[in-house]
Amino acid sequence: MLNQSEIIKTIEMIDRQHLDVRTITMGISLRDCAHDDVGRVSQKIYDKITRLAHDLVKVGDTIQSEFGIPIVNKRISVTPIALVAESCDAPDYVPVAKALDRAATECGVNFIGGFSALVHKGFTNGDRKLIASIPQALAETTYVCSSVNVATTKAGINMDAVALMGKIIKETAALTASSGGLGCAKLVVFANAVEDNPFMAGAFHGVGEPESVINVGVSGPGVVYAALQDCKGLPFDDVAETIKKTAFRITRMGQLVAQEASKRLNVPYGVIDLSLAPTPVKGDSVARILEEMGLAVCGTHGTTAALALLNDAVKKGGVMASSHVGGLSGAFIPVSEDEGMIAAVRQGALSLDKLEAMTCVCSVGLDMIAVPGGTSAETISAIIADEAAIGVVNTKTTAVRIIPAVGKTVGDTVEFGGLLGSAPVMPVHEFSSADFIARGGRIPAPMHSLKN
Amino acid sequence: MKAIVTVIGLDRTGIIAEICSLLASHDINILDISQTVMKEFFTMTMLVDTALSPLPFDALSAVLSKKGEEMKLNIRIQREDIFHAMHKI
Repeated sequence: MLNQSEIIKTIEMIDRQHLDVRTITMGISLRDCAHDDVGRVSQKIYDKITRLAHDLVKVGDTIQSEFGIPIVNKRISVTPIALVAESCDAPDYVPVAKALDRAATECGVNFIGGFSALVHKGFTNGDRKLIASIPQALAETTYVCSSVNVATTKAGINMDAVALMGKIIKETAALTASSGGLGCAKLVVFANAVEDNPFMAGAFHGVGEPESVINVGVSGPGVVYAALQDCKGLPFDDVAETIKKTAFRITRMGQLVAQEASKRLNVPYGVIDLSLAPTPVKGDSVARILEEMGLAVCGTHGTTAALALLNDAVKKGGVMASSHVGGLSGAFIPVSEDEGMIAAVRQGALSLDKLEAMTCVCSVGLDMIAVPGGTSAETISAIIADEAAIGVVNTKTTAVRIIPAVGKTVGDTVEFGGLLGSAPVMPVHEFSSADFIARGGRIPAPMHSLKN
Repeated sequence: MKAIVTVIGLDRTGIIAEICSLLASHDINILDISQTVMKEFFTMTMLVDTALSPLPFDALSAVLSKKGEEMKLNIRIQREDIFHAMHKI
């Protein structure tokens, strides 16, 4: 029989340390939904999603009940809509976003990702229409998430797309101002976007993916934090070892859930995304893990090194526990969704510049950050360009999910509620980047030798 | 299906008797029991087989958790696989 202390340890992780499976995400290809009439495209999309994902929520709930592990979210990701919808000659793709929203409602999922375009080297006509539709699509739907890939290591940075996304983010904030700019919380600008990410808002079903697939995102910052309580004052070797062992356990649980969901839905299992995804709940914070390593407040000197260790140890522990690892895999640092990050910003310890440095060593990028409503589109574009450069040069995924808080300024707070949390408005540099952004064109792909 | 029942709470007389009769009344076979009392806390883990029980797993889970509320104990049932996955290589 199992060792009693192991059983109790698992139960403590679930009850007291917020261990959960963060998301089961079903990826669905919509490549066969093309048609020259936008109404037919929308109908085909709705029909296919509701047919394939009909049992997703029910299966997730059954697995939760049998294993006693909370499965927080059930979600759907689809082929980037620009690829599907450009077959029709509609002036905009808002009707398609509404079809996605209706499908999500019917399936009972809490987000559907893939109102997306991949424009790292340039725009097709469909890409342009999709991007122009984003503000209205996000304002008039509840569950739809959008993403745009503006750069890759192989193609460089599409600065025309970077400039455009600054304006689109501002417009989205204006159209959703009554809900604190909530639309921007559902819009991600990527460099090196991955095709199998199960986490929102950036999930989409890449073109190299099968007809449908199950990807699972595990979490567990609270479990890592609790494990580090036994490492007080010990050298970093012990810290790294403890995080690895903990990540292994968390991932094994995710792997089991993924295999079970795949079997019951009769959909192939894709990847486990080994991400430490915080929530606004106390005790489920990535910032508190960094502080546990000996930093008075997250954001002070040493934070980047602490995060680098954490991110690497999570991957090392998780890789052995799962047959296929993918997605974003690492530590997330979304400000509004992490109780410790929020506290660090309020204390003045964590700035946008430090967060940018942190994104060099962890998964993803500047995430869920509120900036003053008066921030110009060019400044937002310049923030995106900086983040894309980090991703492109370091051959990693980076992203920007930024919320210009309409009518608010530094010191104010934007409340989103739920998993999206609350975001303290952070200052941006006041000096203009407008002439830099106005140049347009492309920043060439970087060298991959002579690395120093 | 093999599952693990865990019971955690303040110790008193008759906990094991009451839970074992509840399990028996639903045709659940107990394969192994381990229990300790740490300070005043009673902790019991049982390996059970639910194959003969007419109740579906989620109903069983609801029955046990309701019993837990009545007895002021934390009682739950989980499939055994989850513990193996997390603690054995």
